Amino acid sequence: MDLLTPDIGLLFWQVVVFLAIFFILSRFAWKPITSGLKEREESIQSAIDLAEKTRKEMAQLQSDNQKLLAEARAEREAMLRGAKETADKMIAEARDKAAAEGQRVLDQAREAMANERQALVAQVKKEVVTLSLDIAEKVLRKELADKTAQEKLVQDLVANARLN
Amino acid sequence: MIRSLLHKVLLVSALIISPFVSSYAQEHEHEGEATHQEHHEGSAHGAETKKEGFNVGDMIMHHIRDDHGWEFAHGLKLPLPVILYSKDRGVEVFSSSKLDHDAIYNDYKLVHGKIHRVNAAGAEDHEAHVYDFSITKNVASLLLSAVLLLVIFSSVSKGYQQNRGKAPKGLQSFLEPIILFIRDEVVKPNIGPKYERYLPYLLTLFFFILVNNLLGLLPGAANLTGNIAVTMTLAVITFLIVNFSGNKHYWMHLVKPTGVPLALLPVMVPVEIVGVFMKPFSLMVRLFANITAGHIIILSLLGLIFIAKNLGGSGIASGISPLVAIFTIFMNLIELVVAFLQAFIFTLLSSMYIGSAIEEHHEADHGH
Repeated sequence: MDLLTPDIGLLFWQVVVFLAIFFILSRFAWKPITSGLKEREESIQSAIDLAEKTRKEMAQLQSDNQKLLAEARAEREAMLRGAKETADKMIAEARDKAAAEGQRVLDQAREAMANERQALVAQVKKEVVTLSLDIAEKVLRKELADKTAQEKLVQDLVANARLN
Repeated sequence: MIRSLLHKVLLVSALIISPFVSSYAQEHEHEGEATHQEHHEGSAHGAETKKEGFNVGDMIMHHIRDDHGWEFAHGLKLPLPVILYSKDRGVEVFSSSKLDHDAIYNDYKLVHGKIHRVNAAGAEDHEAHVYDFSITKNVASLLLSAVLLLVIFSSVSKGYQQNRGKAPKGLQSFLEPIILFIRDEVVKPNIGPKYERYLPYLLTLFFFILVNNLLGLLPGAANLTGNIAVTMTLAVITFLIVNFSGNKHYWMHLVKPTGVPLALLPVMVPVEIVGVFMKPFSLMVRLFANITAGHIIILSLLGLIFIAKNLGGSGIASGISPLVAIFTIFMNLIELVVAFLQAFIFTLLSSMYIGSAIEEHHEADHGH
């Protein structure tokens, strides 16, 4: 039973030494150790957090860039399309205008030509009438220069009139 | 292949060790005779031991018990200071070598490892109350372990101050996983958010027990953590911490356990109160018994050699010593595991007890 009865001396020394170790270690070992561990863990955690944040920012930036690029591309597309449309419209307008102008010029020319022709025809008619009158006059003058011819004519005319 | 290699290595090492073991055995045989002669007058079975020539029980008890003076091997004994206090004489200090070989010094005599005052006739003086505060083998070992702990951890702590925020180096990186294990796997989950207050105590507790368990495994070393006074001190400190930090729930649970019918209270309350004292008691006995048992097993194995010599002579003793050496190596490896395990268990249970005392949230029904 000797083993199971604590000796007062050892008990005393154990209490003294253990408490001394406890106080010395808590002050000079555990405090710096635990705070050092904590500090390092925090710094590692913050480094990880920072890396994660940076990664996210990078991704964000990249997606922003992508978006910007897509926007620019779309804008360019739109601009090109608009320009093409405008150009097409202008060409079509120009063509229409030109066609209309041509038509107008043609019409005008046609009208002028018609007028010219009418005037010409009138002129010709007039000339012809004058000429024929002149000729007729001259012929009449030559035919009816003597009396017999005049009579013959009258007779012919009368004969023709009868026959009718 | 590796296995056969391992067998060869073990065999060779056993063969190398066995001469030492048997010489150790012979040494101890003398010692056994010496102690036996010492005990001859007093012990009841003195005659019996004399016939056997060697008493294994005495040898074992001699090794696991505390002693004035540190005997590393037979004949090589380091005298330690004896410090005595008695009311009539005050404090007396002298070397333990003065009391060797049953010598009487200043009326003091060493009887069964204890110092007694003797009167002029040489008989024990029962009137005098002598308090023995000697630096015994265990106290010397305790001081040695304290110095070791302080040296180790001041170096580790310096490491943390020097490589602030950097990766650990040297001894620091060797001990950091253990410190982290205690903090993250033992203390934090059992105590909860307020763990930081108790961490210094639990770390000290763990490393104190671990270092002393390991020191105790060295040949010739003291059996400090297998001493009831040491484990009792540790258990009482845990008990005081648990009960001084116990909150309202803890005390309420003691006098009125929740979920227990009123009729059962007269039974349950004493059970709970006994439980409060059983916890540190179990801590005390567990560590003491485990370490002492380990030492007893190793010493018994070695004692087999002496017994064999007594029964069949030195030939048989030399014959069985390789076998004993193999078993002793095996037991020593188990004891290494136990050294870590018991330090871990003591710390784990202490933190569980503290954790249950300061627990804020009260569980409706947890079985005891």
